[in-house]
Amino acid sequence: MKQISQEFSLKQLADPAEFHSELDLSDTPAESLRAYISAMQRIRLSERQLAVGRRDGLIGGPVHLGVGQEAVAVGVSAHLRASDRVFGAHRSHSHLLALGSSVEGLFAEVLGRDTGHSKGMGGSMHLWDQPKGFYGSVPIVAGTVPLAVGAGLAAKLQQGGDVAVAYLGDGAVEEGVVHESLNLARIQDIPVIFVVENNLFASHMHISTRQPNDSTARFAHANDVPYRVVDGNDVVAVASAAGDLIADARLGKGPGFIEAVTFRWYGHVDWREDIDVGIHRSVEELDNWRQRDPIRRLKEAMLTAGVWTEDDDEALELALKKEVDTAWIKAMQAPYPASTALLDRVYFKGAQA
Amino acid sequence: MIEKRTTYNYGTAILAAFEYLLEKYPEVFVIGQGLWSPWYVGNSMTDLDKKFGKQRVIDTPVAESACTGAAVGASLAGMKPIVVHPRIDFMLYAMDAVVNQAAKWSHMTGGQAHPSMTIRGIINRGGEQGAQHSQALQAWFAHIPGLRVVMPATVADARDLLIASVLCKDPVVYIDDRWLYDQTDDLPPVIEFDLRLERPRCLRLGSDLTIVGSSYSTRLALNAAEELEKLGISAEVIDLRVLNPFHSEEVVTSVTKTGRLLAVDGGWGPCGIASEVLAVTVQHINPANFKSSPSRVTLPFAPAPTARNLEKTYYPDTNSVVRASLNLMSS
Repeated sequence: MKQISQEFSLKQLADPAEFHSELDLSDTPAESLRAYISAMQRIRLSERQLAVGRRDGLIGGPVHLGVGQEAVAVGVSAHLRASDRVFGAHRSHSHLLALGSSVEGLFAEVLGRDTGHSKGMGGSMHLWDQPKGFYGSVPIVAGTVPLAVGAGLAAKLQQGGDVAVAYLGDGAVEEGVVHESLNLARIQDIPVIFVVENNLFASHMHISTRQPNDSTARFAHANDVPYRVVDGNDVVAVASAAGDLIADARLGKGPGFIEAVTFRWYGHVDWREDIDVGIHRSVEELDNWRQRDPIRRLKEAMLTAGVWTEDDDEALELALKKEVDTAWIKAMQAPYPASTALLDRVYFKGAQA
Repeated sequence: MIEKRTTYNYGTAILAAFEYLLEKYPEVFVIGQGLWSPWYVGNSMTDLDKKFGKQRVIDTPVAESACTGAAVGASLAGMKPIVVHPRIDFMLYAMDAVVNQAAKWSHMTGGQAHPSMTIRGIINRGGEQGAQHSQALQAWFAHIPGLRVVMPATVADARDLLIASVLCKDPVVYIDDRWLYDQTDDLPPVIEFDLRLERPRCLRLGSDLTIVGSSYSTRLALNAAEELEKLGISAEVIDLRVLNPFHSEEVVTSVTKTGRLLAVDGGWGPCGIASEVLAVTVQHINPANFKSSPSRVTLPFAPAPTARNLEKTYYPDTNSVVRASLNLMSS
């Protein structure tokens, strides 16, 4: 028992006082780095806008924000293509946007508008943009994990070298279906990558109160699925791990598992940072985690490496602010679904063939 | 031109549907427990893995939930999966995939994603198997918008409704009952039907009362109608066939004509299929048209027993339906 628990421990990765330093950019082309920082900033500014919209009462439904976790989706998506099949969960704005999906479509969806990604029928928790490879997200914890396995099984049968991705959290690994899914994926050699965003919390409960060990990679090990445990706030590290596992999956070597350790700066749901479903969060711990900011660390490393300047940074932020502002205004002006939408989409209406 | 007809029983009719689908549609695959040794699904899946390969006929770990969810995901990626649950009781592990996922994706993606998959749940009861090897849970699935539910009663429907289910772009729960497997019929070559157009069917015309059933209950209704005829009572039999979406028109038309209704269902009474049959007639027919109060034959409100004496009285049979019909005629 002792041995197992030592082998599978996050150790310093779970210590917010660690991993504040600049990233190692040595193996990553400057062009990729610029794409990463741009994608991460777009996600962060979009989610900041959603936080404001929710705080101000303009958004009616719950929003689960992932500010602080942007590096995971951006790192994984660096190796994905539009024919791959990505599935998310309740906190999936970043998973969607990292695939290049439109911010306006996200905003309109969260606002319940007809122009939203799910035509206003899904909201923040049911996102869909299949043309970009985003097959869908749902808030039933682990609900899409077997779906991703199935989309990967389809990819295997279709023989096109595509892969599926299941984003899940450290809470989701407590669901039985995740274990069925890992086993099924392994025994069938299904090209699916399980990406656990381990942010140490499920709603208000710290992982130490839910699991005897803080590293979820032990479940990959138990199912003979190759895994990597990485600093989830290091986009280069995430991209490197994802690149290896995705390449293997495309070659028919079966599933992979990434445990990306990260932290969310907001509470479980909505815009407040200080409380989490009624539980006060430690301001000190949160401040420490903010020091592990995935965007700041990337930016500083890029400045040091001479592939980024303060001017570049300001120009990027200005351009993204404009994009986000414009998207928000357009989404706010968009119409709600027609009244017929209530009954028209329950069953397929088109031609069968 | 004389069309060629071939003799099937209910089980081989299902097998013929699988063969037809796997032969013609490369996107069809089958996944579930026991598929490489399908002895406990009768003769309905024999040698499919040998004919079509283990890549497309996938025997699985003991994981109803993941396998059903995987079928949903595969369907979103362009496949037409059929998930097989050799006993519907075990399928309850998969309820999230069926109710939260398959049934809701079309609606909540604004009609853009369509889980085009079929879930075959088999009712396998009797033989002193007891409470967890016996259930008929069609009412659960008939309650859920977004699902389609079919229960074939005839050999022709066993084949044709399975094909129609798999070709349908919506998630379909196809429920067959092992007690039906021995009946035989001569079937013409396959015609592909659009499941959306399939409705309840009148299998026997009558004038004194209407008996409504589905699956094995329809067989009981037909058997009872023959017995009743000997007693000079003319029973009309409606086979529901498609339970979700629930089509009431055929039932209402028949009961309007006969003035008497007996609903027969293999599930429990409260909030069940028979309840819905009664409800639509009461809702749509003028009370003056009823010659007696509508009635129903269902299971006793208890899980299935194992002891043979209790089991013998638990499941409705032809006599139960005849007796209930006679009560209707005399009240």
